[in-house]
Amino acid sequence: MTTHPTEKRSRFDPEPIARRDFLGLAALGSMFAAFALSLLGMLKLPKAAVSASPAKKFNVTLPDTLADGEAFIPPGRNVAVFRDAQGVYAISTICTHLGCIVKTSAAGFDCPCHGSGFQKDGAVRKGPAPKPLPWLKVSLNGSVLTIDEESTVKSGTKV
Amino acid sequence: MKAEGYSAMHEFWGNLRSIPNHVYRAVFRGGPPKTDRTRSSFIFGNVFLHLHSVRTHLWSLRWSTTMGLGIMTTAAFLITLVTGILLMFYYKPYTDVAYQSIKDIHFIVPTGRLIRNIHRWAANLMVVAVILHMARAFYTASYRKPREFNWFIGWGLLVTTLGLSFTGYLLPWDQLAYWAITIGANIAQSPREITDAIGITSWFDIGGLQREILLGSDRVGAEALIRFYLLHVMLLPLMLAGLMAVHFWRIRKDGGLAKPEHADERVIDEAKEFYPVFTDVPNKTYHLAAVVKGKTPQVGSGPEHTVPSMPHLFYAELGVLMLTTLICVGLAFMSDAPLKELANPMVPENPAKAPWYFLGLQEIVSFSAFMGGIGIPMLCIVGLGLIPFLDREKKGTGEWFGGPGGWKLVKWSMVFGFGVSIAVEAFAIRFGWLREWLPDIPQMIITFVNPGTVITLCFAIYSIWSVRRYNSTRAGALALFTCFLCGFIVLTVIGTYFRGPNWNFYWSPADWGGH
Repeated sequence: MTTHPTEKRSRFDPEPIARRDFLGLAALGSMFAAFALSLLGMLKLPKAAVSASPAKKFNVTLPDTLADGEAFIPPGRNVAVFRDAQGVYAISTICTHLGCIVKTSAAGFDCPCHGSGFQKDGAVRKGPAPKPLPWLKVSLNGSVLTIDEESTVKSGTKV
Repeated sequence: MKAEGYSAMHEFWGNLRSIPNHVYRAVFRGGPPKTDRTRSSFIFGNVFLHLHSVRTHLWSLRWSTTMGLGIMTTAAFLITLVTGILLMFYYKPYTDVAYQSIKDIHFIVPTGRLIRNIHRWAANLMVVAVILHMARAFYTASYRKPREFNWFIGWGLLVTTLGLSFTGYLLPWDQLAYWAITIGANIAQSPREITDAIGITSWFDIGGLQREILLGSDRVGAEALIRFYLLHVMLLPLMLAGLMAVHFWRIRKDGGLAKPEHADERVIDEAKEFYPVFTDVPNKTYHLAAVVKGKTPQVGSGPEHTVPSMPHLFYAELGVLMLTTLICVGLAFMSDAPLKELANPMVPENPAKAPWYFLGLQEIVSFSAFMGGIGIPMLCIVGLGLIPFLDREKKGTGEWFGGPGGWKLVKWSMVFGFGVSIAVEAFAIRFGWLREWLPDIPQMIITFVNPGTVITLCFAIYSIWSVRRYNSTRAGALALFTCFLCGFIVLTVIGTYFRGPNWNFYWSPADWGGH
């Protein structure tokens, strides 16, 4: 919209957008923008950049008396370590259903919470567990094993 | 100029003597609520009481209209609020001392044990009352226009109440708490069941994110405890209080409680007791009423068949408050809030059970974590919220089991709801489910075909059939709501009484044996 430069606008003429409306909208808009931005900032807060949890890598020495296929549970860890003719391997004992701790049994592993059952190699035998128990990465250093609870390996990997 | 013989000293002594009287009058300006006018000003002059309307319809005061369930929920909340603040004097939300501080409250703090028991019982009562209150509002079709929004607020109150219960469950940091929350947090993570199955978890891990935000870590530990504490004592109660204020206010703004069409004629006998309507004619009118456009239901209708809320409504509410307190204190004397051994992340409680109102969920979670913990609950929650927008009929508002089909439909829906959920559960308990027969079956099939989804599907089909049979959306809503209530009861009872170690079926907890 163009107005003639010499033509004085009357104060009764309607403005393209009323000044008060503009100021009001600007105030409202900036308020919402500030609100949205600060909300975004606040939403970032609950997720920590670094998770506070104990180290997931630990060393363990298996007792000499450990029999073939018998589980050894390192103290304070939710891991079962086995040794047989092919080598050493570690299976997580955290149920893949809802995170209870499975117990070793004759058939393999059994979960007390919702009745999931796993075979000796961690494959699902029964119950609601959606996935097999993961095998964990084991590195051998003489007789000391280093187990990393965070890295999983293919089922059947023995060292 | 002061009058002759005026003595400021004299006036000072007079003022000093009448301080109690003047303070009283400054606080209670209307005087004792003895006439209709002072009764009214008693309410509209008070910021808390004015959530109520000044006069209440006789229909709303009938016991059968509400059964006092909303007030009972409120009363239970007030009791948990008071007892909760008292417990905060001693409770320490740190993993190394939390359990000990609960023990202190139980064994050392004077009245601590009683206060904790009352807190626990009031919280349980609040859950029961809020569910029954919702059922009342549903069965009397009180969610309809103009009350859709208030149903929605009530829905938020239900979810917040359950959230408060869930967060409170962790705080004792005992075995029960630890494993219930481990399960709960892993339910939050269960969308992985789907994302794993279609192989997108590595870049879209909504389940893992939910769990991490809930726990503040990758396990249930110190961060989780402080988070749950914050939610339990601060965030959720504030949210609840805010929603409650809106909820009560909207009752008033929506024209009081929902009434049937001929409510005025049906309270005519009761109304005779209150004739004449006013004991003295008010010298001021509600000028606003003249300005407000006609959408507010009270505009344009007279004060007939209403009585002053003070004392009639308030005394009834006070009665419910006292009854609720009596129930909570009585139960608190009879039975202690549970406290098991200190939380042990190495050995799960067996069986590890959530609070009873989540055991129905836990029962279907034992078939599929995602469907039981997220899929079906989401469907229920969204469905509940949408009820007022799906049923927009008029017939039967304010009547118990109002609408086409009525009590007969509800009765048969109960038979169907109980029947189907018991039958499907019995089948799964007796014969097992897909994986027992076909060990290599893909997880996706179990996620979508399990007892929980089968029950849900039966209910959905039955309610669609009801919509067609009665040619009414209300009939479908009645059928579906009743079925789900029955399913909830069946699953909760099975989860509570018939599941033992390893979530196996037992006829009685006496058969659990040592473990």
